[in-house]
Amino acid sequence: MESVLFYIFAAASVAGALLVVFHKNPIASALSLVLTLFSTAVLFIFLLAHFVAAIQILVYAGAIMVLFMFTVMFLNIREESLKFDAQNLPVKLGVLLLILFIFGYFASIGFKKSFSLNHAASLPESFGTVEGVGEVLFKDYLLPFELTSVLIVVAILGVVAIAKRGTD
Amino acid sequence: MLWVEIGISFVKIALVLFVVLTLVAYLTLAERRISAFIQDRLGPNRVGPFGILQPLADGVKFIFKEDIIPDRANKPFYVMAPALSLVTAIVALAVIPIGKGFNTTLFGLLEDPFYVKLQIADVNAGLLFVLAITSLSVYGVVLGGWSSNSKYSLLGGLRAAAQMISYELSLGLSILGVILLAGSLRLNDIVEAQQKIWFAIPQALGFLVFMVSSFAETNRLPFDLPEAEPEIVAGYHTEYSSMKFAMFFMAEYTHMIVASALMVCLFLGGWYPLPFGGWFGIDIERYWYLPPIVFIGKVFFLLFLFIWVRWTIPRFRYDQVMKLGWKVLFPLGVLNIIVTSAVMVFVYK
Repeated sequence: MESVLFYIFAAASVAGALLVVFHKNPIASALSLVLTLFSTAVLFIFLLAHFVAAIQILVYAGAIMVLFMFTVMFLNIREESLKFDAQNLPVKLGVLLLILFIFGYFASIGFKKSFSLNHAASLPESFGTVEGVGEVLFKDYLLPFELTSVLIVVAILGVVAIAKRGTD
Repeated sequence: MLWVEIGISFVKIALVLFVVLTLVAYLTLAERRISAFIQDRLGPNRVGPFGILQPLADGVKFIFKEDIIPDRANKPFYVMAPALSLVTAIVALAVIPIGKGFNTTLFGLLEDPFYVKLQIADVNAGLLFVLAITSLSVYGVVLGGWSSNSKYSLLGGLRAAAQMISYELSLGLSILGVILLAGSLRLNDIVEAQQKIWFAIPQALGFLVFMVSSFAETNRLPFDLPEAEPEIVAGYHTEYSSMKFAMFFMAEYTHMIVASALMVCLFLGGWYPLPFGGWFGIDIERYWYLPPIVFIGKVFFLLFLFIWVRWTIPRFRYDQVMKLGWKVLFPLGVLNIIVTSAVMVFVYK
């Protein structure tokens, strides 16, 4: 049953990711990204990482993508302004072919290796729980974690400064 | 044993769905009766004794109403929006524990007794699950507003998005104090930690911030700017009719139930009947049906509070809502965390 569900949600996340790129309507693209994020969160649950799954939905789907939608709705982008331009067509096709080639390469590797979804036995008891993630984050990776938060604060201050400059 | 587990889970899910949807139907009646009482009217009392069949009549009427889809609306999103808001509201109830649990042999069918938890899923990060799912409920409102192809709907949707994002922050901050005290994100552990004293007392400030924020999150008066009638007709569901409108309505009431249940779990002691002293020696393993009664009683009281507030307090202006969220509740939430963690570190160690 687990592998059936895995394939359903894996397919959903890939389909969502493709729709993000190929759909003409910007709102539909944003929603497809939400679908991808949601399906990836379900895949995290299969890996017993419940905490990461909840955070994934809370931060990406619940906060960041809502802001995206907000912006798209405010700007009210029409579908016509996003038409495909035929310039540099050979280059674009070349890039697409390269991506397909890389994708095919990894897909062939993926199909050769058989993987099992049940590797819970080899993991510690606290794996994926809030306590487990917290221990790792605040003991083993404290410095990178704090530096990242400083980086985010700097980014927020920078955005506020740039936004303020126009109004004064 | 696995099949028994799956079967019991299905029964629990069906039971919760049935109870919640019935409760939602009767909340609409309660809302109308209580508002009538507050305004010194009678309210709907014709359909059945005391009007108790009114929700049934409303439901039948909703189903037979003409379902209008506006011209040039974005049809797939227009249809999806009410479903999305209702589903996200209901799914959040999956981790709410209404009691501890009991042993059963299913009337002698099983050899070993099976322990049934009074909760659909006992998730380690349960509180985060509720927050994550409820944070998705913005999409229903925003999509409904955008896809209707109407300026009132769009304004309502934008307002709803801005308001829900703003108040989600103070909501999350006010919960952190409780998490610090309980030391866990499992809702069961949080309720257990309130055996000595309800968190509403040491976390009075957090409780206040949480309550105001959850009123704003449910888009209820005094924060119902997304659907303020004098300004934008009915906001994001202006163009909706028939059962689709009913689904938005049901989502709003389900959000009320989720918010009340969460408030009971986090601040009002879950299934503990009094603010102090736990169960006073009553064996709740034996009388397992007492905790759910206490829990549901408290939820009912909070639901009454939601309705009471709606018909008592006038609506804010939109800039006042934003100011309250960002300049009052947000700093109060931060202050609450600082004080709580300082007390935890320096007083209790």
